[in-house]
Amino acid sequence: MRKKDFDVIVVGAGPAGLAAGYVLAKAGVDVIIIERGKFPGSKNVMGGIFYREPMDDLIPDFYKEAPLERHIIEQRMWLMDDTSHFSFGIKTQKHNVEPYNCFSVFRAHFDKWFAKKVVEAGALLINETVVTEPIVEDGKVVGVRTDRPQGDLYADVVIAADGVQSFLAKSLGLRKKITPEKVAVGVKEIIGLSEDQINDRFGVKDASEGVTIEITGPFLKGMEGMAWIYTNKTSVSIGIGVIVKDMIEHRKNPNDLLEELKAHPSIAPLIEGGDTKEYLAHLIPEGGYYSVPKMYTDGFMVAGDAAMLVDSVHREGSNLAVESGKLAARTYLEARQAGDFSERMLSRYQEKIEESFVLKDLKHYRNLPELLEEKRYLLTDYPQFIIDAMIELYTVDGTPKPEKFRKLKEELKSRFGYVNLAKDIFTIWRKMR
Amino acid sequence: MKKLRIEDKLYLIGYNVDHEYNHLGISDPEMCKTCEKKQCTYVCPASVYTWDEKEQKININYDACVECGTCRIACDYITWKYPRGGFGVAYKFG
Ligand SMILES: Cc1cc2nc3c(=O)[nH]c(=O)nc-3n(C[C@H](O)[C@H](O)[C@H](O)COP(=O)(O)OP(=O)(O)OC[C@H]3O[C@@H](n4cnc5c(N)ncnc54)[C@H](O)[C@@H]3O)c2cc1C
Ligand code: SF4
Ligand code: SF4
Repeated sequence: MRKKDFDVIVVGAGPAGLAAGYVLAKAGVDVIIIERGKFPGSKNVMGGIFYREPMDDLIPDFYKEAPLERHIIEQRMWLMDDTSHFSFGIKTQKHNVEPYNCFSVFRAHFDKWFAKKVVEAGALLINETVVTEPIVEDGKVVGVRTDRPQGDLYADVVIAADGVQSFLAKSLGLRKKITPEKVAVGVKEIIGLSEDQINDRFGVKDASEGVTIEITGPFLKGMEGMAWIYTNKTSVSIGIGVIVKDMIEHRKNPNDLLEELKAHPSIAPLIEGGDTKEYLAHLIPEGGYYSVPKMYTDGFMVAGDAAMLVDSVHREGSNLAVESGKLAARTYLEARQAGDFSERMLSRYQEKIEESFVLKDLKHYRNLPELLEEKRYLLTDYPQFIIDAMIELYTVDGTPKPEKFRKLKEELKSRFGYVNLAKDIFTIWRKMR
Repeated sequence: MKKLRIEDKLYLIGYNVDHEYNHLGISDPEMCKTCEKKQCTYVCPASVYTWDEKEQKININYDACVECGTCRIACDYITWKYPRGGFGVAYKFG
């Protein structure tokens, strides 16, 4: 008989690995989770807004117990240039009632709590251990090598939830090399402010209610990226993520970009008087649908960021990670019933992912990364026009309104041409469909 | 808000520095001499890489690395490993 220490080895204690571990432990499976950080979450970064639904399905009413910051009742979008921003968004009391829609979180707190639940459910968690490579015998993954002395571990199935870099998936040939245009670097600061300052500045009643602001536009000088401000109880998280390729070409430093963002006249007053508590950086896989690899092989499945499961349009990733971890675990349970951990059996995992919101959402936006790479002006020229038009309309200077609209129409025609405009609208519509 | 220097920000981060093992390196330092952009010196959020004009080489301050992996994506000559288990960056908030 082959050596076997556990039924399943999960690599990485982020949302994907922990969700997988939780499902397995609950089902009585002998599962170990291996994490390289001092504790789960100690190396993890997120903007970070956490969506309730996929997690609630796993641990009902988790939000009553988990360390969360504020539930979000207002989400704003800003188109921003160097001096102005045009704002739209949604504030709704529908998101101000339990069980809530989403929350601001700190990953170092959240992951640690989630891991505690997983351990209580019966999983073994080992921190401070790096998995260095998969152990493959006769073409099957049968375990992992760790950086501990005599650190080889064997199991029927290995679930790689080792995040965006996923050396495991890569070493098995499931994943291609990440290229600079498929990944963004995100930097973030946590800026401490008093509860009252935050409530006043963001227009909410108390420290349970939260607001998010998502920022794009000509401020980014044609680089593909997104900035954000999220309210926590007694701090705000402010950050910016930009595609690495653009960062290289524009010769930009992520920290300089963050400082430019903080100094912007629309943003500076929101963080005035605050003190920085932490500075963080992490990669975000932004390749979307076409970069999702084959997610299984003999004795092996990949979940979360390791499989590039991020919906950058809606800044969702942690919920896709939870869902994929869950589905990988359920696939294992079926495989165990059948006593078959082969590639053929585990291919059901990919089917499950395809049927779930995870791949459906990514598929919906599948052509967007390519579109934005091709037509950078969609991120600069159109938002700039909107900002300028709004300023023009709201500037009272003796020009009659019909005159202003006529001028704007001319402006639109000369800047873009009606034909191009119609084409772009059609392309966007087609690609978002 | 007062502008913070990167050095000040790095002080706010918790690290467990491994003094015996350097997880970053450059496979062919000769390449750096002809590397036009030297993108490692500016894409890194922790300013780990600096160009030493006198020595004609890149200096790596690996203690400051927050393990984001950006440099690895930005340059194929950078050899990148995880720090040993438990070492490296340890965020308080995340
Ligand atoms: C700046 C930024 C902002 C974001 N904002 C949001 C947001 O607002 N909302 C949202 O839903 N998503 C957001 N995301 C995406 C989200 O963070 C990820 O999609 C999510 O964390 C993926 O979870 P995961 O479990 O797959 O990977 P991770 O959370 O990265 O977890 C991987 C784990 O594996 C461990 N590990 C890796 N390799 C090894 C190894 N070899 N051995 C042992 N352990 C290992 C790591 O230490 C880590 O704990 C953001 C991401 C970034 C970077
Ligand atoms: S490490 Fe890479 S990017 Fe940096 S100077 Fe050398 S070759 Fe250029
Ligand atoms: S991993 Fe990130 S922080 Fe570390 S050296 Fe590379 S770019 Fe800098």
